[in-house]
Amino acid sequence: MNRAFVLFGLWVLVLATAPFYADNYIVRLATFVCMYSALALSWNFIGGMAGYPSFATAAFMGLGAYAGALSQKHGLPLPLAWTFATLFVAAFSALLGWAILRMRGHYFAIGSISMVEVLRLIISSWGDFTGGGDGLNVTIVAGGPDFVARLFLWVMLGIMLLVFAVTVAVDRGRLGFGLRCIQQNEDAANMVGIDSTAYKIAGFTLSAMFCGTVGAVYASWVAYIDPTDSFSILLTLKVPVMALLGGAGTVFGPVVGAAAFVIMEEVIWARFLQYHYAILGLVIVFLIFFLPGGLLRIDYKKMLARIGVGRTA
Amino acid sequence: MTASPILEVKGLSKSFGGVHAVENVSFALRPGEIVGLIGPNGAGKTTLVNLLTGVFRSTAGEVYFNGEDVTRQRPHQAARRGLCRTFQIVQPFPDMTVIENVAAGALFAGDANSRGEAEDQAMEHLNFVGLGAVARTPAASLTLPNRKRLELAKSLAMKPKVLMLDEVNAGLNAGEIDGALDLIRKISASGVTILLIEHLMKVVMSLSQRILVLHHGELISQGAPEDVVADETVIEAYLGAKFAERQKRMAKDV
Repeated sequence: MNRAFVLFGLWVLVLATAPFYADNYIVRLATFVCMYSALALSWNFIGGMAGYPSFATAAFMGLGAYAGALSQKHGLPLPLAWTFATLFVAAFSALLGWAILRMRGHYFAIGSISMVEVLRLIISSWGDFTGGGDGLNVTIVAGGPDFVARLFLWVMLGIMLLVFAVTVAVDRGRLGFGLRCIQQNEDAANMVGIDSTAYKIAGFTLSAMFCGTVGAVYASWVAYIDPTDSFSILLTLKVPVMALLGGAGTVFGPVVGAAAFVIMEEVIWARFLQYHYAILGLVIVFLIFFLPGGLLRIDYKKMLARIGVGRTA
Repeated sequence: MTASPILEVKGLSKSFGGVHAVENVSFALRPGEIVGLIGPNGAGKTTLVNLLTGVFRSTAGEVYFNGEDVTRQRPHQAARRGLCRTFQIVQPFPDMTVIENVAAGALFAGDANSRGEAEDQAMEHLNFVGLGAVARTPAASLTLPNRKRLELAKSLAMKPKVLMLDEVNAGLNAGEIDGALDLIRKISASGVTILLIEHLMKVVMSLSQRILVLHHGELISQGAPEDVVADETVIEAYLGAKFAERQKRMAKDV
């Protein structure tokens, strides 16, 4: 476990120092790694720990993007706008969770994915306030491209570290234990005194609020948002796949999965533009059939021994 | 005998559509008693337990725990109050270790303040039911008798005041049942009130101070064990009217 924390620390260092040894293309990639790590870690609270397959990531990210952009437009300074977006999404998700967490399994999955569409339609139709389908320009952060690239890398990395710290705290505490009990057997969890409704809402809110932060920061980063980009169905599917790829319910899985996925996307998919979605589909199928526990649950020692590497030892 | 009841049920009913699973049931448990609840299959025994622990909402009637109206409580509230149960079909957290299963009870419904403290308490309960040696194995790997013991340890960790044991002995062999009887006696000796839902007459007769008989959702008899088994309505419910008639004639002939 301690070795894992050391490796994680090294990985953070590699990401944080990217501007000093690489060009802006790599810095941008590192920023995406941090962003998706934060999203996958967020998803892990409800999808991994509690076992509720949420597909609402894009709903919260998009809502955060608009909450941040609109509050900034109405005069809030940048850090306050990001904070407001976080709190707004937290409050929204707590209310939404109270309503949709009564559903289980497939029903919950469908209910949560429909939120992405519903919010996209509301934002699109409410043109006077949100800019509708024309999108919304967000104030560009001053300082030139190099400075802005670094700033957003470090802000996204900061969010990723924050969500990671919360994950570790939840995992070791009462809430994480309770969510795991719910994941294993919700009826039995009720019977040992867990208020499963309250625990699920807490998990759902944690899974949403940092997506709101990420959304607001993303809006400032790209300086222009529109409903289709903000409420992306592809993103809402990608994030759980990342968490599953690394190992859902584990502390490090989402980080490993997000990094592996973003790099894979960049290296392989960029060369197969036409087959993008087909490859995503194959990855999902492969995961379900061969790696249900994710990359972190593979017994690498056994695998190496089977290939013959460990035979000399 | 005059102590005020710890659990009191008044006119409790539950229907599912047109089916009256539990119909106007009233009884009271006094602190420290062992009371047997028997009845043929489908009599409504498990439904009654589900009503008492907040799993189902009753259609009519009230439940009082230590004088407090708890009719509309939810399952986790029942557990925290000390109204605990075991499941007829065991319900472990399969991928967790045995000790984690029990620690969950101690942490969320018992009085443990941290996960460390909960595990310490859990270990004591596991030693008590004889599962100390397998504390660190996954719950899914346990045999059926051991799963029943795990259920028991889990409910003990919740510091129960009233413990409802739903068929904890079903599927056990004779030797295992003797072990289970021993455990139940020890739990009772520690002051826990026990409602024993049971098919095995040997168990009910040897443990219960009183017996309640449920049939078609209605309480058809209650009293001391030897009176209840001699009760004609009970014999009729279990063996059918014809058999009861024949037995009565035979008794007269002798």
